[in-house]
Amino acid sequence: MSLASQAPDTDPGAPPCRPIRFVHRGQVQEVAGLPPTTTVLQWLREHARCSGTKEGCAEGDCGACTVVVGALDAQGVLQRHTVNACIQLLPMLDGKALFTVEDVTAQGVAQGVALHPCQQALVDCHGSQCGFCTPGFVMSLWQVYERHATPLPRIELAEALAGNLCRCTGYRPILDAGERMHDAPRQTLDTAPTVALLQGLAAQPPLHHAGPSQHFHAPRTLAELAALRLALPEATLLAGATDIGLWVTKQFRPLGDIVHLGRVAELQAITRTSDGSPDGTLLIGAGASLEAAWQALSMAMPELRELWKRFASPPVRHAGTLGGNLANGSPIGDSAPVLLALDARLLLRRGARLRELPLSAFYLGHMRNALEAGEFLQAIRVPLPAPAPREVLRAYKVSKRRDSDIATLCAGLWLRLEGETITAARLGWGGMAATACRAPQAEAALVGQPWNEATLRRAQAALALDFHPIDDLRASAAYRRQAAAGLLERFWLETRAQQPLPPEQVQVWPARPSAAPGGPP
Amino acid sequence: MSPTDARGAVGPVGQPLPHESAALHVSGQATYTDDLPELAGTLHCALGLSPLAHGRLLGIDVDALRAQPGVVAVLTAADIPGRNDCGAIVHDEPILAEGELQYLGQPVFAVLSASRDTARRVAALAAQVLRTEPLPALLTPEAAHAAGQHVVPSMHLRRGDADAALARAPHRLSGHLDLGGQEQFYLEGQISYAIPQEGGGMRVHCSTQHPSEMQHAVAHALGVASHRVQVLCRRMGGGFGGKESQSALFACVAAVAAQRLQRPVKLRLDRDDDFMVTGRRHCFVHDWETGFDDAGRVLGARIEMVSRAGFSADLSAPVMTRALCHFDNAYWLPHVAMAGHCARTHTQSNTAFRGFGGPQGALAIELALDDIARHLGRDPLDVRLVNLYGADDSTGDGSGERDTTPYGQRVDDNVLRPLIGELVASSGYRERRQAIADFNAASPVLKKGLALTPVKFGISFNVVHLNQAGALVHVHADGSVLVNHGGTEMGQGLHTKVAQVVAQTLGVDLARVRVTATDTDKVPNTSATAASTGSDLNGQAAADAARQVRQRLAQFLAQRHGVAAEGIAFAAGQVALPGTAQTLRFDDVVADAYLARVQLWSDGFYATPRLHWDRQTLQGRPFYYFAYGAAVSEVVVDTLTGETKVLRADLLHDVGRSLNPALDIGQIEGGFVQGMGWLTSEELVWHPQTGRLLTHAPSTYKIPTASDCPADFRVRLFDNANAEDTVHRSKAVGEPPLLLAFSVFLAIRDAIALAGAPRCRPPLRAPATPEAVLDALNAVRAAERTCT
Repeated sequence: MSLASQAPDTDPGAPPCRPIRFVHRGQVQEVAGLPPTTTVLQWLREHARCSGTKEGCAEGDCGACTVVVGALDAQGVLQRHTVNACIQLLPMLDGKALFTVEDVTAQGVAQGVALHPCQQALVDCHGSQCGFCTPGFVMSLWQVYERHATPLPRIELAEALAGNLCRCTGYRPILDAGERMHDAPRQTLDTAPTVALLQGLAAQPPLHHAGPSQHFHAPRTLAELAALRLALPEATLLAGATDIGLWVTKQFRPLGDIVHLGRVAELQAITRTSDGSPDGTLLIGAGASLEAAWQALSMAMPELRELWKRFASPPVRHAGTLGGNLANGSPIGDSAPVLLALDARLLLRRGARLRELPLSAFYLGHMRNALEAGEFLQAIRVPLPAPAPREVLRAYKVSKRRDSDIATLCAGLWLRLEGETITAARLGWGGMAATACRAPQAEAALVGQPWNEATLRRAQAALALDFHPIDDLRASAAYRRQAAAGLLERFWLETRAQQPLPPEQVQVWPARPSAAPGGPP
Repeated sequence: MSPTDARGAVGPVGQPLPHESAALHVSGQATYTDDLPELAGTLHCALGLSPLAHGRLLGIDVDALRAQPGVVAVLTAADIPGRNDCGAIVHDEPILAEGELQYLGQPVFAVLSASRDTARRVAALAAQVLRTEPLPALLTPEAAHAAGQHVVPSMHLRRGDADAALARAPHRLSGHLDLGGQEQFYLEGQISYAIPQEGGGMRVHCSTQHPSEMQHAVAHALGVASHRVQVLCRRMGGGFGGKESQSALFACVAAVAAQRLQRPVKLRLDRDDDFMVTGRRHCFVHDWETGFDDAGRVLGARIEMVSRAGFSADLSAPVMTRALCHFDNAYWLPHVAMAGHCARTHTQSNTAFRGFGGPQGALAIELALDDIARHLGRDPLDVRLVNLYGADDSTGDGSGERDTTPYGQRVDDNVLRPLIGELVASSGYRERRQAIADFNAASPVLKKGLALTPVKFGISFNVVHLNQAGALVHVHADGSVLVNHGGTEMGQGLHTKVAQVVAQTLGVDLARVRVTATDTDKVPNTSATAASTGSDLNGQAAADAARQVRQRLAQFLAQRHGVAAEGIAFAAGQVALPGTAQTLRFDDVVADAYLARVQLWSDGFYATPRLHWDRQTLQGRPFYYFAYGAAVSEVVVDTLTGETKVLRADLLHDVGRSLNPALDIGQIEGGFVQGMGWLTSEELVWHPQTGRLLTHAPSTYKIPTASDCPADFRVRLFDNANAEDTVHRSKAVGEPPLLLAFSVFLAIRDAIALAGAPRCRPPLRAPATPEAVLDALNAVRAAERTCT
């Protein structure tokens, strides 16, 4: 703790400093004195000397560093998710369990076999060539194995591996391994020892950690968070670190003091209420993971499933939060276009004050938003489309690569139809301007008109006036304009009254049929 | 027929055995350079990079860098004791820039610190501490070529009279292709760990495909003899050509720093720096003209190729040579004139990447034939078939003349007609062609396309002297076998194949054979593990060494047991004596031989026979043999957005008699998907004014993911034995399958063409991103409107 005492004491009201404590390799690890921006990967490789986990990119895009993080849920069950160790900051692990490839190997050895079934299947299917990406694939496959007793459909297996790049194999043998690993006698992790250790850590006070020059706070309640935010308006608000991690590893940006939202349970709640919209509202805590939030959105609106699965990668969705994706204000986040189409509203909190703002009023410019000093995003209120009068919704994403790519453009498209007439329209777009935003002229061209080809063409023409997109590395402005018009046409083909076409006739990556009942046409 | 039956002997060769490191890979225990335990006192190094594409370097505020907390040292070009050059062939590539800045990302200084983080943060101050004066920059190959800027003289390869043949031809077409480059994206970035040795020596652990060249480059940089420098590489996390020459800069900087400071120095690049500093597959601009008859037979062709060499020569000249030598791909071109220009741009110096120019050259003729077919309204497959090397069935042309490449080598091992015939049948090409027409007629938005493309790929280094290899085989007194050879393991399974060959030769179980790290202290003067030649060269050298040990053992046994040495058989860990029912355990024979003072280790050597090459005229026999293959791909294209998806791919590939079918299938599939990435999603974008590479990380540079693997993927080995006397009649497999991905690109082009007017020729550039596809669709639709 000697280094901690050197840190400037910026918040006298905070709990006393203590080390970071988490479970790794069956033991509680205690870490003090490291900068709070030390990544989990750095700790593993440079401090714990666990070199099985690799660094391929240090930005959460290749998956060579994939690890599994476990935490106890409200029922005391160990919930585990893959994350990218290269952009997770070490203090975020406090009170949690870290599993790496060494644990999977040890699990096999403990159960009397040389390798865990997911590892043995990779060997048997020739799923490694250079082997550098392999530990990351092992972790993703291990998670699939732990969650599913039988093989996933091939496409879902590929989606589960979307965060892992392999440059050697072409993936076929890895996908084979993901099927074959279920052939061996089943051996799941005995979580009891980890649960016991985590229960022991649960009694710790909230983390206040100090590095050589900065503090890391992890409040547990909304009230504590609100107070800290007011006391430290300049501090960096950290949720999943899927963006801020890159500020550290790539941009060398000083973060100052850090307030971490990840331990505020109230921020992670997702509830369905009946207030506001006729068909109810989803209230999604800003700290809910992208995976949890998009799962909830897709359960309520099956049309969103494809975008959910193409949103970043599983490790990024597990770490990143819906609030972070919105508050970060990037023009290319995939959440905003859809939530604009749904007319979502943001609950912003400053101290005890709570105000509500339409998402459409939140963005002020590139990476700028309406948050005041000391204010933070608490929750997102999402009205759900009503079946009657008919409301239709689609979400489309165009990118150079299907999975784990930043959208060239992304659209959330919503119409209310009475008979054949459009009575309301909301078209949310990402990638077309400095922020995600709606297309007022195209919307105006739609409202009051019959949903036919003539209206479509007028809306396409109006859409060209709504935006002045830019040329960048993803596409030219001209492409964005034409593809946006194309997406509007796809929307019409799928939702027109006469002879609507199913997704598989108008998309190369069609939304797959969902078991969920009652989806709009 | 099982591979063992084919040889009539049981042994590891031909078996689909797992990679020798598979269990280590999956358990996280395989050691890469960064996983080696760090020695006490290790310093970390980071490079300060040029912020300008072109400019004068007036000075470096080194004091400002040294004043940063945690900095141990800052080194510049002036600190290099030997020669400030790491150019692979031409000495035009400074280790650290001095005087002139030649691309944005060029290393200028090195920061040393006990903390890698500190070194990186201080190195990132480059733009603030460099005093520079900008100069005009040439940022595209077209601009550099127009300005007469080339890294090596232009090359010409000609046969016959192309002008006259074009003039006489009943039909003529011209074509153009913008063909993008490709980042290797080895998962393990560039890394070197240098450890000072006594007497001014240096040991460097380096992730490299070419330890000998690293050794020589480090020796030159340090100003010491090569025997003072040892370079080691146990394995790489991928190479793909990117660690053939371009690992040298990092090995040299780490070694210079280690020598100056007399401390171990590790230089591990951040992924973004790796993109910004190192080069990749050359992008090419092709312009061609063809003359042909009514059947689509090429009568004459002319092509001009301009490549983006980058700021220095690196391997651009041999890459261009291979591009020119693969423009023919599988086809007889009676009259042809080719020119190749390596344009000097102010960008990263481009280098080797799987295929080494071959894919770039061969894709041009495939596009040219596709154009011919569309112009004539014929199926592109039929136009390909009439142009294949060998006898033309339809005209009764003899095969004599139609068998010679433009560079004068006879194609005497051609299996493409039977191979394509088998693939056409097994893939149902003709039936699917009709099914696709039916689908497209009924589908307003989605259009499907289909293509079959062949590959013929020349195997050997185009430079004769590089086609040599050495190996050491040590049989220890307990009967275990240790092998060392000059090849490097980058995932391709070379060490597995070499171990199989040695185990087969000595008649022992594979588990008794271990291959060590590649080490310049063991086998010197090795060639790069490149040009697909790894197992051809090193497998033969290792077999040579193992045969010598076996012969000594046989002679020892012959004397002791009074039998003929030639009749003694080594198999499955047993040694059978002729004329007796007696078999001995190999381990016992070895133990006895040791006591009898028999030399139980040997060197082995191999030089590929029959090669000759004239670099001036580009004539000779540059290749020992050819590897063949063909692929059929079917795609679907969204005509509203330009998005595409591969629906099915059928691959049939010739690896000769496979040393290891599992590894060979892995190379074929991996090469295909990598080639597919090159031609679809992997787009390199430089800022048009600053020359900054904008696609510099996996967030912006998109290699395929698991979802891109074709859902219906059928890959088979073609039953064939190498006509040449290669190791167990196998063929090289590293590079040729990458070209099978042409079928994806041409299937996309087919779908676009089928969405346009009959006989349209879509101007599709590569990679076929959604934008490139939509642009091509726009062009064929505009042409359709013009016509009607």
